[in-house]
Amino acid sequence: MNALAAVGAVVQVGGVLVGAPFVVGGMRQVRARLEGRSGGGIGQPWRDLRKQLRKQELRPHGTTVVFRVAPAVAAGSALLIAAIIPLVTLGSPLDSSADLFGVVGLLFLGTVALTLAGLDTGTAFGGMGSSREITIAALVEPTILLAVFALSLPGHSANLAAIVSATLADPAQVLTLGSVLAFVALVIVIVAETGRLPVDNPSTHLELTMIHEAMILEYSGPRLALVEWASGMRLTVLLALLANLFLPWGIAGADPSVLGVLIGTAAVAVKVVVLAIVLAVAEVFIAKLRLFRVPELLAGSFLLALLAVTASSFLASAR
Amino acid sequence: MTDATYSGVLDLAAGAFLLFAVLIVWRRDLRATVRLLAWQGAALAVLPIAEGVQRHDVAPVVVGLAILALRGGVLPVLLGRAVSTEARERRESAPLVNTTASLLTVAALTVLAYAVTRPMIALSPTPTTRAVPAAFAVILIAVFVLVSRRRALSQAVGFLMLDNGITATAFLIAAGVPLIVELGASLDILFAVIVLGLLAGHMQHTFGGTDLDQLRELRD
Repeated sequence: MNALAAVGAVVQVGGVLVGAPFVVGGMRQVRARLEGRSGGGIGQPWRDLRKQLRKQELRPHGTTVVFRVAPAVAAGSALLIAAIIPLVTLGSPLDSSADLFGVVGLLFLGTVALTLAGLDTGTAFGGMGSSREITIAALVEPTILLAVFALSLPGHSANLAAIVSATLADPAQVLTLGSVLAFVALVIVIVAETGRLPVDNPSTHLELTMIHEAMILEYSGPRLALVEWASGMRLTVLLALLANLFLPWGIAGADPSVLGVLIGTAAVAVKVVVLAIVLAVAEVFIAKLRLFRVPELLAGSFLLALLAVTASSFLASAR
Repeated sequence: MTDATYSGVLDLAAGAFLLFAVLIVWRRDLRATVRLLAWQGAALAVLPIAEGVQRHDVAPVVVGLAILALRGGVLPVLLGRAVSTEARERRESAPLVNTTASLLTVAALTVLAYAVTRPMIALSPTPTTRAVPAAFAVILIAVFVLVSRRRALSQAVGFLMLDNGITATAFLIAAGVPLIVELGASLDILFAVIVLGLLAGHMQHTFGGTDLDQLRELRD
């Protein structure tokens, strides 16, 4: 590990911090254009954040410290994930803790913080949103763990950098059955975890169907800005992680040069933009699932992840 | 074909075979299920064809092509015809167990299949036998579909899936079935499906539906 690897890690955190609102704005813009609207431009989430950060802080009566620190925990866990996973370079200073199971735990920490905040407000919507969010999270976590397990089998390690280097060394394993199934399962899970269509509609506040928005209904001003920023960062980090797990080309090595860091940054930015556009285009064509059908979808993705594990451990164990 | 490509193709075909079985449990729409059954038949046909190409033998390729024509073409078309005569609101499979529970059951059955076929793989660990659990899982899933569906046509889908699973297991364990045996079994299945189709049509004509739960009483 050298100083440039540390620079790479800083670039990762900074890039996610600055880039996340643009990713959200870009997805909204693609959707707006495809629906025949002119849209607010890709900088609109940044303008919204600036506006909310200047506003007065309102705290609902009876809320406790849980409500106050939840946005910071959510944003902090997303940033920590951005720092430890291999996005730009494989040689992050925190690489020894870049365990996929640890990352899943950090993701869940952010979810739980916001869920508790939703309960803390004591309103009907907050409780309803929390209950739905935790239902989905409870179904999502086993799937992520299984898909991760399937991915960690070829590399014989759950360390993210090890998985990515194993894929770089043997590109053919991306097209094995286990890997393809794990990819599909992870896509479904990421869509559910970040509250996109068809699990949750991020652009509406409809009482009957909202999940994520119901939990954060009581937030206003700077804390709302932080919560929205955090959810954007989660989306960006997960898309980047998905891209690098299955298409790791362009990522800088464990001992990068300046050029390597630059290429790594450009590569991960391009991958995230392409994935975000694909996701936004796909969202135009699908309707939201009924809430009671969501467990069906998640059970399906769980099964796919299980098949991925069996396929990559039993079928491939001979080779 | 090299050994590595052969085992890769075999893995992909066996995996796709299992995946289509899972998707059949997942989907409600009967027509979609029949289409998936056709794809499963195609994945099944890949197994003997790959084996024939690997061993430079013509007989398995012929068996594979026959399977492709029968299970990827004729049987799904016959079933599809029977489905399209059903009333529009009856084209859903209406399982007795809800989809989430069925999917979790399928997960358990898959693990069970891997567990019980372990001794069989240990006997001769080759790429072919290592894919046996996938075929065995399809048999178990098919039995589950058979017992958990209400409509006669969904049960016919389960029946065909069961036969696909048995054929795949035979291919993978016995390294190929004699042509004559395969042709005989296929002919049996073809007649069974024709009879099932006729019966379903007849039931519908007489009772106005093929929900087997309502056929408990005998009438004159």
